[in-house]
Amino acid sequence: MMPFSRAIARLGAITQGSIIGLGAFIRLLGTLLARSGIVFRRPGLVSQQVHFLGNHSLLIIAVSGLFVGFVLGLQGYYTLSRYGSEQALGLLVALSLTRELGPVVTALLFAGRAGTSLTAEIGLMRAGEQIAAMEVMAVDPLRRVLVPRFWGGVIAMPVLAAVFSMVGIIGGWIVGVLMIGVDPGIFWAQMQDGVDVIDDVANGVIKSVVFGITVTLIALYAGWTAKPTPEGVSRATTRTVVLGSLAVLGLDFILTALMFGN
Amino acid sequence: MSREKMDFRVGLFVLLGIVALVFLALRAGNLSSFSLAPTYQVKAYFDNMGGLKLRAPVKSSGVVVGRVSAIRFDNQRYQAMAILDIERAYVFPDDTSASILTSGLLGDQYIGLTPGGDDKMLADGAEITYTQSAVVLEELISKFLYSSASQSGPSSSPQP
Repeated sequence: MMPFSRAIARLGAITQGSIIGLGAFIRLLGTLLARSGIVFRRPGLVSQQVHFLGNHSLLIIAVSGLFVGFVLGLQGYYTLSRYGSEQALGLLVALSLTRELGPVVTALLFAGRAGTSLTAEIGLMRAGEQIAAMEVMAVDPLRRVLVPRFWGGVIAMPVLAAVFSMVGIIGGWIVGVLMIGVDPGIFWAQMQDGVDVIDDVANGVIKSVVFGITVTLIALYAGWTAKPTPEGVSRATTRTVVLGSLAVLGLDFILTALMFGN
Repeated sequence: MSREKMDFRVGLFVLLGIVALVFLALRAGNLSSFSLAPTYQVKAYFDNMGGLKLRAPVKSSGVVVGRVSAIRFDNQRYQAMAILDIERAYVFPDDTSASILTSGLLGDQYIGLTPGGDDKMLADGAEITYTQSAVVLEELISKFLYSSASQSGPSSSPQP
């Protein structure tokens, strides 16, 4: 009987803990938004973060986009040619990239490339008592450290997703038109005929903004609440990738159902 | 790295994002097909719209001359009504006929205009009186089946 009641108590503690965590997470979002005034007073801080999170992620995003485009071109051609509709290859590549793959894969890579570095940086600042030192000097660490990083991530993510989609379409074009020999005119014409600027492109941008907010906030929260030990920081980094990726995939389902479900 | 150099790179980064979005909108998307040319509106009633969609092209001799701007059901006439936005550069005679056609076997549907011989031209708000509804494949198949069944009916009916 004893282990059973202990298991119940543990389950209760885990549930309570995760609800408290969710509350603190949302409260952090509110605090960051409320203290965002510094973005306009010192825009240099944000541009420094965009440079760190965006420019440095550009290469991995562009290369991944190119290869995803290659694969879409090959696999799409294989399936479409069975039904004699290879002309729709451009449409298939463009729709998959702008609606789903662009925002989602970019967000997953962003969580791995930029989110982890954010978490580790803030966690180590906490472990090295830099955050405590700021508080002693009456500098608000939320405002000075977290707010610029948050906005840096929110700005960088849609830009990266758009670059990913563009490079991916070019990759699909390289494989489809240059290598396999689909007619280039039909490739682009089918694409322009089927991709709607509002329904597909703009909704993809909205998705990438939502993912940017989610991933960046999860990374900041994990770093901010990390235990100030080497082990704590390493756990927080893992949590960023796991929770960030799961949140992106889950949110993607909800957003897709909201935007495209009819 | 100096502040200016970093700001320059961030500027380039954001610019690249804007270029990518413009590429997606113009090269991959249909923004370039949004025409800002002035248009006039013409109504057309059909018994069956088939799968005609909003913003479907209106073509004459295969050239796009306008777009479908609204599709609704007219409860007075019990017919579907389409409003066509036709570019002002193109004028059509009053007895022009409109038919719902399909591009290719599985393509999207569009409205084809065949000009008539009248001297009067269609004005803004006019109605196209000669219309031909969409061809519904199921109806065609059932017609074909019934006609072939009635032709071969007596001979192939089971003998007692």
